[in-house]
Amino acid sequence: MSLHDLYLISPQLTMAGLGILVILLDLATDRKGWLAAAALLGLAAPLALTLVQLAQLTGIYGPALDNLTPASSILAPSLSVDRFGLFFNFLVITAAALVILASVDYVKGLTRLQGEFYGLLLLSASGMMLLASATELITIYVALELTTLPLVALAAFLMNARSGEAGVKFLIISAISSALTLYGMALIFGFTGSTSLEGIAAGLGQATAQPNLPFGSYALLVGVALLTVGIAFKLSAVPSHMWVPDVYEGAPTPVVAFLSVASKAVAFGLLLRIVYTAFPEMGPEWGILLAALAAVSMTVGNLVAITQSNIRRLFGYSTIAHAGYILVGVAAMSQTGAGENGVAGGGGFATFGPSSVLFYLAAYTAANLTAFFAIIAIGQRIGSDRIDDYGGMVRRSPFLAVALALALIALIGVPPTGIFVAKIYIFTAAVKSGLVWLAVLGVINSVISAYYYVKIIRVMFLQPIPEGGAETATGESGDEQPEAPTDQPSKLTNLAVALAALATVLLGLAPGPLLQAAESAVTALSGVALR
Amino acid sequence: MVTEPLVWAIFFLPLLSFLLISLVIRPFLNRYGWLSGGLLIVALAVSFGLSIWVLRQHNQGADLTFAAHTWLELGDASIELGLLLDPLTTIMLVVVSGVSLVVQIYSLGYMRHDPGIARYYAYMSLFTASMLGLVLSANIIQLYAFWELVGISSYLLIGFWHDRPAAAAAAKKAFIVTRIGDVGFLLAIIYLFFQGAEFAAAGLNPLHIPDIWQAAQPLATGGAILGGAALTWVALGIFAGAAGKSGQFPLHTWLPDAMEGPTPVSALIHAATMVAAGVFLVARFYPLFQETREALTVVALVGGFTAFMAATLGLVMNDIKRVMAYSTISQLGYMMAALGVGAFGPALFHLFTHAWFKALLFLGAGSVNHASGTFNMRYMGGLRRQMPWTYLLILIGGLSLVGIIPLAGFWSKDEILTGAWLGSDLVDPWVARVVFGLLLAAVLLTAFYTFRMIFLTFHGEFRGGGAQEIADAAARQEPPPASVSEEVHRAESPLVMVAPMLLLGVAAIIAGYLANPQWVKSILTIPAHWFAEYVESAVIFGHLETPHFNFMIAIISTLVALAGIGLAWLLYQLLPSRQAPEGEEGEESQGELAEPLTKAGPLHTLLSRKYFADELYEDVLVRRGFYRAFAGAVDWLDRNWVDGLVDFIAGVCRNSGRLLAQFQTGQVQFYGAVIVLGAVLILVGYLIFGAGLRG
Repeated sequence: MSLHDLYLISPQLTMAGLGILVILLDLATDRKGWLAAAALLGLAAPLALTLVQLAQLTGIYGPALDNLTPASSILAPSLSVDRFGLFFNFLVITAAALVILASVDYVKGLTRLQGEFYGLLLLSASGMMLLASATELITIYVALELTTLPLVALAAFLMNARSGEAGVKFLIISAISSALTLYGMALIFGFTGSTSLEGIAAGLGQATAQPNLPFGSYALLVGVALLTVGIAFKLSAVPSHMWVPDVYEGAPTPVVAFLSVASKAVAFGLLLRIVYTAFPEMGPEWGILLAALAAVSMTVGNLVAITQSNIRRLFGYSTIAHAGYILVGVAAMSQTGAGENGVAGGGGFATFGPSSVLFYLAAYTAANLTAFFAIIAIGQRIGSDRIDDYGGMVRRSPFLAVALALALIALIGVPPTGIFVAKIYIFTAAVKSGLVWLAVLGVINSVISAYYYVKIIRVMFLQPIPEGGAETATGESGDEQPEAPTDQPSKLTNLAVALAALATVLLGLAPGPLLQAAESAVTALSGVALR
Repeated sequence: MVTEPLVWAIFFLPLLSFLLISLVIRPFLNRYGWLSGGLLIVALAVSFGLSIWVLRQHNQGADLTFAAHTWLELGDASIELGLLLDPLTTIMLVVVSGVSLVVQIYSLGYMRHDPGIARYYAYMSLFTASMLGLVLSANIIQLYAFWELVGISSYLLIGFWHDRPAAAAAAKKAFIVTRIGDVGFLLAIIYLFFQGAEFAAAGLNPLHIPDIWQAAQPLATGGAILGGAALTWVALGIFAGAAGKSGQFPLHTWLPDAMEGPTPVSALIHAATMVAAGVFLVARFYPLFQETREALTVVALVGGFTAFMAATLGLVMNDIKRVMAYSTISQLGYMMAALGVGAFGPALFHLFTHAWFKALLFLGAGSVNHASGTFNMRYMGGLRRQMPWTYLLILIGGLSLVGIIPLAGFWSKDEILTGAWLGSDLVDPWVARVVFGLLLAAVLLTAFYTFRMIFLTFHGEFRGGGAQEIADAAARQEPPPASVSEEVHRAESPLVMVAPMLLLGVAAIIAGYLANPQWVKSILTIPAHWFAEYVESAVIFGHLETPHFNFMIAIISTLVALAGIGLAWLLYQLLPSRQAPEGEEGEESQGELAEPLTKAGPLHTLLSRKYFADELYEDVLVRRGFYRAFAGAVDWLDRNWVDGLVDFIAGVCRNSGRLLAQFQTGQVQFYGAVIVLGAVLILVGYLIFGAGLRG
């Protein structure tokens, strides 16, 4: 392993190192306030290294490159340092920074293990960054586990019944998904003789046995089905979605915020990479599968969300629905891009689907973080997650109420917010791929989702303050939470809310730069680059 | 060198002021509300300076075309944000930022004691920013967004004193009536949007305004991309939006009611700028109107009729601001009529001069109200002795409105009359003749109501002001109007109010001649006919010549105007003074006003009830037609069918949600089983439906 190889994985290494450093720092100091500061400042290292790598890719230090990993490197088959991966590096680092900022006041309420909280968060982030760049099945698997295990520990962090249950459920479902994923990978490896994504693509080209069967062979078909449900766990999509509401309800809110955006985003990155790089010829098969999962995910998520009375459970179903919307973009990509590759092409149109997915992920990150940060701050004030207890929030805390309302409006997909633009792009991509029915279903689902999102706004703005709600912790979970009501305004949380809200609106008003970044990121995928 | 950011700054400075006021000053520094006024004034001073500079640069031939920025790509149409700078824009920029600047200074005095002053300036900032954004827009969607923002700020400002029921009702009325016109505008935009393919084939963007102009032009092969009946309907849709904003018949009823807002608001929004946005809109799409004789005929006749009809209504109003409101509608009618008969330059010239002198008149009305505590002219009178400056300035504004040489209004009104007299090849001659007749008659009426207003307000004896009005209302056991104040202090208004009026007074005197000098080579580096020639250069398709000064028309219109003034003097000065000595009740009759026009009997009733337009709209159309017949039918359908359907769908959603939630057992074994089942279902699905996927 040469020094250059270290440089290639330096963002991931520094991120992991930072996590360990914060845990060690916790042992060394009693002033726990420094931990968050160290974590936040330390994020500058992976950020700077990612920037340097991006600068090198764009050709500031020499010729412009598609991929920094030289073929001679021992990392060559397993890690691709390209714009696609770097896009997710930025997304993960930003999300991690915002989540740490928003959890400072929350973590102060913990009696112990404050350093471990930040440390585990950062370790999981390093796994996510590795996952975004991984191009080989074993590396992918390791990265998946590195991503998930710290999150499992974090879900159980509060050591009360609810949090513990969330952690155990998360762990078991994660184990089942891992097993299925591994089995799927093994089958794919067995059929194609390679674990690298490029190698799989090459292997597929040589051995196609039964032309009438999807994917050409039973082994591959089973492998794909198992791999898909495994990844669906990370996407929080049907059929591996049932853990989501339970974990969202029990786990600490900052952890849920991070889980709901960063973990989901890199999983979509992984899905795009696998479909595009490893199966460039199999668009139609993937398309119908992903479209079906998209349709079921958004419908199930939205319908069940209507009946929820706990805001965190509601967001659990909301995130399932959004996984469905985003899958629309992935499905649209595969039908028009890789699948018809080599036949009559649609010009540069193949970037449309995947780049809309990337944009949607960024817009969703901004909006969902706004919502969760507001929920953290409100939870600290009223000590409850019940939607009914949010009554009169606009008078109790106008800033948080307006910010949460903005986030909810954004999640419906109303202008001028990022998700509005994202939905337009993703549904347009679906229509252009011939998936008109899926786009129509997506629009209908957006209308259904308005019902439960607006319901929260109505409670906050129109309903009176529940009696005693402001002072005492009501609701069944109140006494178990560290979110005991305080009168102290959580300034840092508010700052995080404001930053995320700003990003939500900015992405709606000026989507151009990010769209360009997303488009240039997806050209790094070999399926797109073929055009 | 005019760079794009500098032009954008004209729009962004007041927007920044809006953000700072609403996010910083109002939440944290509300006690120092006047700060917000200072902030907006500084922002507007810079905007105004930049506007003048841009106008100057553009006039000197600087290239001010900037590439648009794509906001969204939607198939063949892309929504862009861009700047469109032509003579129309640059002149509107100067008018909007200039009048707004003066009005904001005046408001410092007028709104000084209002606790909501920060909110007031926040709305004013939003309005000014939206209006500047509107005139700068290069894309029709962008324009429409600002168009609606302007409507919203107008709504907020009319209803600024929202605790007064009359103000709240007026705000609602303004919003709804203008919205009716906007439906037409929106339909036109939607039609354009769906013509994307045809436009794209010619390399045009259906939402980019210069491209829309281009599309309306005849092609060498005959026909046009946007031509025939479609063009007429698009133009009429645009005109519908314009008619709503500019208070053209039959959508004029909201504007007089809008006077419930603070007076500076009336001056800026409902006299000088926003109501002129309708005229601006027609001018902005003039290349379309040039190609459709039918639409132009409608514009001309509606404009001419509005000019005449609103002037008749101005005759009988007792509220000084309502007189001016009808006067505004009437003058906007002049501009529309001018556009309709092809007098493009004169219409904009009148828009330009009217902005200054009408703002002056409104600010004068505010000053009078400051002293007398009322807007009702029946309770004013004799104020010229206490308020010499206000009197002088209203006299200047009034003479300008009437069109007496050499004041600003004379030059522009005269051009319009000449344009209507000469006609053009864009409309049939009879249309131009009818319009000319209506406009000339309106000159007489304008002179009469203007001087009736001046005589009633400033001459004769003082009739008690707001205190008397409240006493009278109490005697009739009615609540007095909310805008009436008991405080009567007959004195000149403070300098902060008089000084802005002086500025506008100067503009009302010189803006007409200086902008468009006649009979000389140049004045102060302004060449002869500067305005006319500059505006003509905005007409890039075809050629429209601005008519030159015509002595015949000038003499006729001046004589007609003088006749109107004389008539007003006869009825409101000479007759009352003759009658007064005859009656012995001198002391008692003080405070009573003999209204000579009531002798006209039914005609007076017809006018003072505004041709029963409000009754027609509200009772017949809205209450009987809309509420009872239409709404009744809809209500029945809604209750029996729609509600049922909605309830059904909602029930299906909720119940299926409940059903699905049943699966959420909390049993982790079950969750795992679902995953495996999912994988199996995927396999089964592939095996059943998957055959033939690989084509």
